[in-house]
Amino acid sequence: MALDKPYQDVPGTTIFDAEQSRKGYWLNQFCMSLMKPENRARFKANERAYLDEWPMTEEQKQAVLARDLNRCIAAGGNIYFLAKIGATDGKSFQQMAGSMTGLTEDEYRKLMVSGGRPIEGNRYRHEWEKK
Amino acid sequence: MARVTASVYTSHVPAIGAALDHGRTHEPYWQKVFGGYEFSKRWMQHNPPDVVFLVYNDHANAFSLEIIPTFAIGTAAEFTIADEGWGPRPVPKVIGHPELAAHIAQSVIQEDFDLTIVNRMDVDHGLTVPLSLLCGQPQAWPCRVIPFAVNVVQYPVPSGRRCFQLGQAIRRAVESYDEPLEVQVWGTGGMSHQLQGPRAGLINREWDNRFLDRLIAEPAALAQLPHIDYVREAGSEGIELVMWLIARGAMSDVGGGPAPKVAHRFYHVPASNTAVGHLILENAH
Repeated sequence: MALDKPYQDVPGTTIFDAEQSRKGYWLNQFCMSLMKPENRARFKANERAYLDEWPMTEEQKQAVLARDLNRCIAAGGNIYFLAKIGATDGKSFQQMAGSMTGLTEDEYRKLMVSGGRPIEGNRYRHEWEKK
Repeated sequence: MARVTASVYTSHVPAIGAALDHGRTHEPYWQKVFGGYEFSKRWMQHNPPDVVFLVYNDHANAFSLEIIPTFAIGTAAEFTIADEGWGPRPVPKVIGHPELAAHIAQSVIQEDFDLTIVNRMDVDHGLTVPLSLLCGQPQAWPCRVIPFAVNVVQYPVPSGRRCFQLGQAIRRAVESYDEPLEVQVWGTGGMSHQLQGPRAGLINREWDNRFLDRLIAEPAALAQLPHIDYVREAGSEGIELVMWLIARGAMSDVGGGPAPKVAHRFYHVPASNTAVGHLILENAH
């Protein structure tokens, strides 16, 4: 019997479950390696060469090179692991989160200061499909 | 005998640690956050615990995807501060309480809670930001700390019901420890926030405040809330709030004692991407 995954109808959200975790194992483990300063330096010196040391898919590597966090998440990445890439780039968590929303950094910061993204209209996928 | 004197609940946003460490606490943006903890710092000085049992989650620092323990108790003598990628926070190392931690582990495992025992573990902002908020910036932390890490990164995380039951077992374990220690149980993380995907930035002020009301008044009913409600209403990372139910389960009233006193309650939006919630509940003496 298939697992019950009621969270799949939450819009704009990918829940990091066992399936995503399996898909993203090497992508996330690559991210973990960036906790060491010497690895951050090697990655920055030649990103492609460093990525090629990992058994990641080409799509995962391209998503990292493009710093497209939505693509990284679709490829099995988890935000707490992906944050190590942001840390390597000197980005804050707010800059990383904002980059996934289609808003500019300034627009996203203003959204948060004004109380955040409201829950109304953001609970179910069908509410987004109407837009 | 040891006893649980109080429980403390707070968000553990990393940007709060960064604001403290970089001396930005007096900026108006951050004053609105730190102002809510002025009472709490005085309260800690007047009610110093011997040990804080600190429930938090690791954010891909101590645990990668190689090992994902659902409940991990730190039984070491001390814990170093993790380098999360920005360099370690400049805060004191964390001194554990191996004897009490081992006693709690032995006690709750025999009550069917299968904890993972960890003797080497770096602790990240999930643990150090709450300590900073309640203790300020001392040369050494004023009490021993038992780190208790809960998996809330890879779904499924433990249910609220399971967390609430575990808190009750932790209280019984503390009360069966011979030394007369005063123990606080802290539940951290939350409140509403989502850090990923096009829905990032979600905040649900009404839901959060209802959660605080129910945590105080009807925690057993609140513990029945299914995961999907946290995810849908409070954001994918809002699910950290299940950890608050461990601390709430450890309060006396759940075991038949009098209702706790609400010593402090605070709520503010935002700190970075997150709604900040904070409660202090005291057991009657």
